[in-house]
Amino acid sequence: MLNQNPVWRYFLVLGMLLLALVYALPNLYPEDPALNISATRGGTVAEQTREQLEQSFSAAGIAAKSVVLENGQLLARFNSTEDQLQAREIASQQLGANYITALNLAPATPDWLAAIGASPMKLGLDLRGGVHFLMAVDMKAALDKNLNDMVQTFRADLREDKIRYRSIQADTASGQVQVLLRSAEDVVATEAALKKRDRELVFSPGSDDLTLLVSISEIRLKEIREYALEQNITIIRNRVNEIGVAEPLVQRQGADRIVVQLPGVQDTATAKEILGATASLEFRLVDEEGDLAAALEGRVPLNAELYYTRDGRPVLLEKRIMLTGEHITGANSAFDEYSRPQVSIKLDAKGGNMLSAATRDAIGRRMASVFIEYKPGTELGPDGNPVLIKQQEVINDATIQARLGRDFRITGIDSPGEAQNLATLLRAGALIAPIQIIEERTIGPSLGKENIELGTTAIFWGMICVLVFMVIYYKAFGLVANLALVANLVLIVGVMSMIPGATLTLPGMAGIVLTVGMAVDANVLIFERIREELADGRSVQQAIHHGYDRAFATIADSNITTLLVALILFGIGTGPVKGFAVTLAIGILTSIFTAVVGTRLLVNLFWGGRRVQSLPI
Amino acid sequence: MRIFSFSQPLNFMRLKWPAIVLSTLLILGSLFSFATKGINWGLDFTGGTVIEVGFAQPANLPAVRQTLTDAGYGDAVVQLFGTSRDVLIRIPLRTDVDQSALGDSVIKALNAAETEPVTMRRIEFVGPSVGEELKEDGGLAMLVALIGILLYVTMRFEWRLSVGAVMALFHDVTLTMGLFSVLQLEFDLTVLAAILALIGYSINDTIVVFDRIRESFRKLRDTSVDDTINDAITSTLNRTVITSLTTVLVLVVLFYMGGALIHGFATALLFGIAIGTYSSIYVASAIAEILGISREDMLPPPPVEKEGENTDALL
Repeated sequence: MLNQNPVWRYFLVLGMLLLALVYALPNLYPEDPALNISATRGGTVAEQTREQLEQSFSAAGIAAKSVVLENGQLLARFNSTEDQLQAREIASQQLGANYITALNLAPATPDWLAAIGASPMKLGLDLRGGVHFLMAVDMKAALDKNLNDMVQTFRADLREDKIRYRSIQADTASGQVQVLLRSAEDVVATEAALKKRDRELVFSPGSDDLTLLVSISEIRLKEIREYALEQNITIIRNRVNEIGVAEPLVQRQGADRIVVQLPGVQDTATAKEILGATASLEFRLVDEEGDLAAALEGRVPLNAELYYTRDGRPVLLEKRIMLTGEHITGANSAFDEYSRPQVSIKLDAKGGNMLSAATRDAIGRRMASVFIEYKPGTELGPDGNPVLIKQQEVINDATIQARLGRDFRITGIDSPGEAQNLATLLRAGALIAPIQIIEERTIGPSLGKENIELGTTAIFWGMICVLVFMVIYYKAFGLVANLALVANLVLIVGVMSMIPGATLTLPGMAGIVLTVGMAVDANVLIFERIREELADGRSVQQAIHHGYDRAFATIADSNITTLLVALILFGIGTGPVKGFAVTLAIGILTSIFTAVVGTRLLVNLFWGGRRVQSLPI
Repeated sequence: MRIFSFSQPLNFMRLKWPAIVLSTLLILGSLFSFATKGINWGLDFTGGTVIEVGFAQPANLPAVRQTLTDAGYGDAVVQLFGTSRDVLIRIPLRTDVDQSALGDSVIKALNAAETEPVTMRRIEFVGPSVGEELKEDGGLAMLVALIGILLYVTMRFEWRLSVGAVMALFHDVTLTMGLFSVLQLEFDLTVLAAILALIGYSINDTIVVFDRIRESFRKLRDTSVDDTINDAITSTLNRTVITSLTTVLVLVVLFYMGGALIHGFATALLFGIAIGTYSSIYVASAIAEILGISREDMLPPPPVEKEGENTDALL
């Protein structure tokens, strides 16, 4: 018999819809204003701290919905934004600089939904409010610095090999070093001497016989660029954590760009200040003769300064700085020959000479690395922004085993993780390729909220218009199409909530509205076909069967091309437009499913395989 | 209920030459407008800074302009945005100040001048390189979309139809951009997205008609090419109009309820869909007809025994 389906097919489709519905549900629960508190440098918040905070909140008359520890972080939910802001004051006063307090909106997903991994859709910055930065790393500066380092190194190398030269100059325009020599023999000797030390150098003859042009290989160039980018990303990640943002995003884009998204941040001036602040690094000798106890009481020796290590241990350091971080060209964590963790450090030629001179008479003494950075304090300055506080800490101190040069290592580190951390900090304190903000988009919280409301209203009324039209035009079949349309909306929201990478944006909401208008197209095609078949005098069952059958090829063809466009849009688009492409693509797929498979089941259920004389179409 | 019910196919192809002349004139007009008036590229493409601020009271635009001039931003364009309390300030790219700090300093200047603090609703800064790249990427995307569609339609149908479809798309895109040029509406990133969505919509429409043309060629053996195309267009006319109608319905809702940020998007699609409906009837089919499409091109390949032909369909 035509137009009948096995029962399992109904259950399958119904099951899929229920699944989508369940995963779409979390979007209906409003979000709680919340505080996200985490310890700096990857530490965890202790249970004791949690209890203290809970007490402080209730002492101040703030009713917290819940204060819980999750993955070493503390999450406190409140009933209102006022409570949330007041609680932040209390928390940041009580916890001090070792904790980061971030305002957040925590999804109030019920436990049973959270247990199955359901969560609301991610909202784009245009709906949530926040800052989006696109930054470009100045690669020219990174390459120029490398070229200048090469000049320094060559000078030292040639001196060492006793080859006399007229001049060595960096030509930043062509990216080459020009070595001007005195004789043709020296040219050959120079090439051999430099090649011996660095196999990746590329030599070419200059304009006359006495000039040698030296450049570095493409692979090395690429390495330098990658390093400059990675270094900046690492530093920005660290800084973003300092700002205290829940769910920040720091991501590489293309060859020399970095995207930074800070949801909820309104104060862009401070955010930029923190992101742009420079960290620096100093190597100093430990003053082991000075009286530490006296220094702690305030009597610091004249030639020394009092510092603290990261775990709070006081150290007296000499005032003289042996070397600053700008001479560091690389720092990597690795293992020594006994597989103990270590950090190997590379310096430029000048830095190597400085360190060599400074450590000649200091073998056996201890050398400390001091990391200096600026972070926002709790006090507010005259312009209403937090004042930046200079923060210095000793990140490592180790005994100097031998006279140090351009390459040296720090050993005796407890764990590979700590070695990695130290290498990161050393790199962060090194001179980095400058970075520039080339795009900024800041959306205020009021606009974000307004955009959500506008989008939702548009979807709602757009939907109503189409539903009413379909019922008037196709009667009972219109109702069937309407059920499919509603199911389609549920599916879109469900799928968007399930896919981790999908983000809802304002153009994305416009895409949903558009999908609602276009999704009925498949049903229109089918229903018009059925009407034609009926007009041609076919029986009711034949008409339904052929109507669906013939319309399907058309539906597939026309939707594949639209899908193609959505994919292209996804490929070139950024942010909001990407969001539009995602919703459009998902909408096309779900609408084919509901409009073809879904309505066919309903039509078969109501009219299929029965003796009906006419169809309400 | 039916919108159209015809016993005889309408003679659409009778008007094909007037339609082609009209379309050509419109395209030439658009191109002329691009050349003379140009396109009012939005911030996304030109670079610069846009600041949207909310005032507690209806905004006093001359006062805002004065404040900005005093603060050294005499070249700022100030206008209302959406409501009388929201003000949009555009500042073109400048080399003398730090662009990325400009937004914050404007807000500061306004706050100093106003008695009640203004709220920052939106600050967007786009550097010159980003805008240029976006123009290139956007153009490239349109090109890739058109080529992709050309290939797909050639594969599924026939090259004459494919050329017709792509000409129709080119027609729709040019005319929509022409409208933005003539009215000097701002062409921003959302409008670009709308135009790409329009390409998707318009090809959808065209393919439905083509599908029917192919079917009619196979069904009507002794009819002229013109009459066959007429038959196909007439029998899909209801569908074409209804789908356009529902889409236009939701777009009107979007235009009036979606907020000022989405106006450009809705405008581009509303106009584009009207044009797209016309072009899938006239431009695409007429060009395929003029290129000399015939019944032989549309006949199915020699019958091959299909596997499972006698079993029930999947649905």
